[in-house]
Amino acid sequence: MNIIYPAAVEVLQFLILLFAAPVFVGWVRMLKCWFQGRTSAGLLQPHRDIMKLFYKDVVLAENASWIFRFTPYLVFGATAVAGGVIPILSVGLPLSATADIIALVALFTISRFFTALAGLDIGTAFGGMGSSREKTIASLAEPAMLMAIFTVSLVSQSTSLSQMVNVIAHGEFVLRPSLAFALLAFVLITLAETGRIPVDNPATHLELTMIHEAMILEYSGRHLALIEWAGMMKLFLFTALGIASFFPWGIAAAGDIAFLPVTTVLLLFKLILAGIGLVLIETGLAKMRLFRLTEFLGSAFLFATLGLLSYFILE
Amino acid sequence: MSTNIAAQMNSVLAALVLLTAFGLLVQRRVYGLLHLFAWQGLFLSISTAVVGFVSSQHHLYISSVLTLALKVIVLPYILHTLIIRLKIHKEVETVVNVPATMLIGIALVIFSYHLTAPIRDLSTLVTKSTIAVALATVMLGLLMMITRRHAVTQIIGFLAMENGLFFAATSATYGMPLVVELGVALDILIAAFIFGIFFFHIRETFDSLDVEQMAMLKEED
Repeated sequence: MNIIYPAAVEVLQFLILLFAAPVFVGWVRMLKCWFQGRTSAGLLQPHRDIMKLFYKDVVLAENASWIFRFTPYLVFGATAVAGGVIPILSVGLPLSATADIIALVALFTISRFFTALAGLDIGTAFGGMGSSREKTIASLAEPAMLMAIFTVSLVSQSTSLSQMVNVIAHGEFVLRPSLAFALLAFVLITLAETGRIPVDNPATHLELTMIHEAMILEYSGRHLALIEWAGMMKLFLFTALGIASFFPWGIAAAGDIAFLPVTTVLLLFKLILAGIGLVLIETGLAKMRLFRLTEFLGSAFLFATLGLLSYFILE
Repeated sequence: MSTNIAAQMNSVLAALVLLTAFGLLVQRRVYGLLHLFAWQGLFLSISTAVVGFVSSQHHLYISSVLTLALKVIVLPYILHTLIIRLKIHKEVETVVNVPATMLIGIALVIFSYHLTAPIRDLSTLVTKSTIAVALATVMLGLLMMITRRHAVTQIIGFLAMENGLFFAATSATYGMPLVVELGVALDILIAAFIFGIFFFHIRETFDSLDVEQMAMLKEED
């Protein structure tokens, strides 16, 4: 029982990740359609898109090297492993001991690095441009991300996600300005990392503005399906990471099987709210000029550093 | 409301004051600056009331109400009227190198933390941890006055500095005597009027509120 139960929750968490991520993206798109007065394609449209792509043949460029063919699997794999580490349903899962939060950031960075390489590999102008932009953003977002994470780690005295959840959810409730700053920074970084609106527009193929789309322009068939799916999982995982670090109330304690249904309902509720928040941000803002992004990510870094400082100064 | 919760609330408010100070540093639009300044005043006023409650220093309530009236309502209103009269409400100021300014700001916060460390060690007040934030707010106001070129924004920087001083007084010694505070409040109010007159004169003479123009006062030789 004691061995089977965590493994079963881990498997359940993987399944939720794989199937809820496209539904979450569908929910965000649906809300966006409603906000803009359009009819939406439904919650399951991202699922249908992925299925359709899996049935299609792959068209490979003649000069594509192994990096190009290998990247979709690596990106999907790295994102899925990250999904095993983040406590979405319960803390103390078997995989959570394999990576702390710094290694988790590194996992996301590996997939990002290989996507950029694949963009360069084909040798098209768009791929190179997308990779260059992606690396610019990554180099600015990464420090801010780590600073925000260090703030949460300082509060919980640990870099293990399970420990962070335990301390914040089950410890004494304290008003912490440092966590508020870190959350603000985290929201800005999430927008940048998942390519949402002030940074990148997920719904366009306009060559002047696209970043993520430019890198994966040459992909087709199952490769594209895997990359798209991983992108949806990334959005889901960043939301789950935000929930685990800043609103962990309701995540089940290790071995607490009776609490799982409550956790699932709360998770659903939090995800619905997160989707609404994301859409409000995306509808309220216009896409930013690329050269203004240093300011955007600079302020994310500022918030994260202020969080770190206010931990020392005020708490 | 126990002392512990009040101290936490005060910390949160101090953090918000610091946040608005940084916002003032990088905001480009004149209206945005005015709003941020009013918010800073509001947080300051609430914080003063909370400190007044914790320390049962009832004259702090008067300071709090005074701050609310003056810095949230009257001063922003006067500046708002000025901005409308001077027809600069749509103006967007060019702020040079925002990320660098932010980094300098962060360095100033760390500097103030170190500078106030001895006071923090000696102080026994609930508010001892916010002294560093207060000093940082003063320095950020000063930094804003240095980096901005527009007369109106420099004045807002000056007023933000005054906010920081007021905050420092509240957190270091539970506020200044009421007589001093009333005097300072009156000073600020009169200063606002004088600034208004100055703005009109500057604009009449130089056709602009950009203080860089004043460097041209020198005669060519």
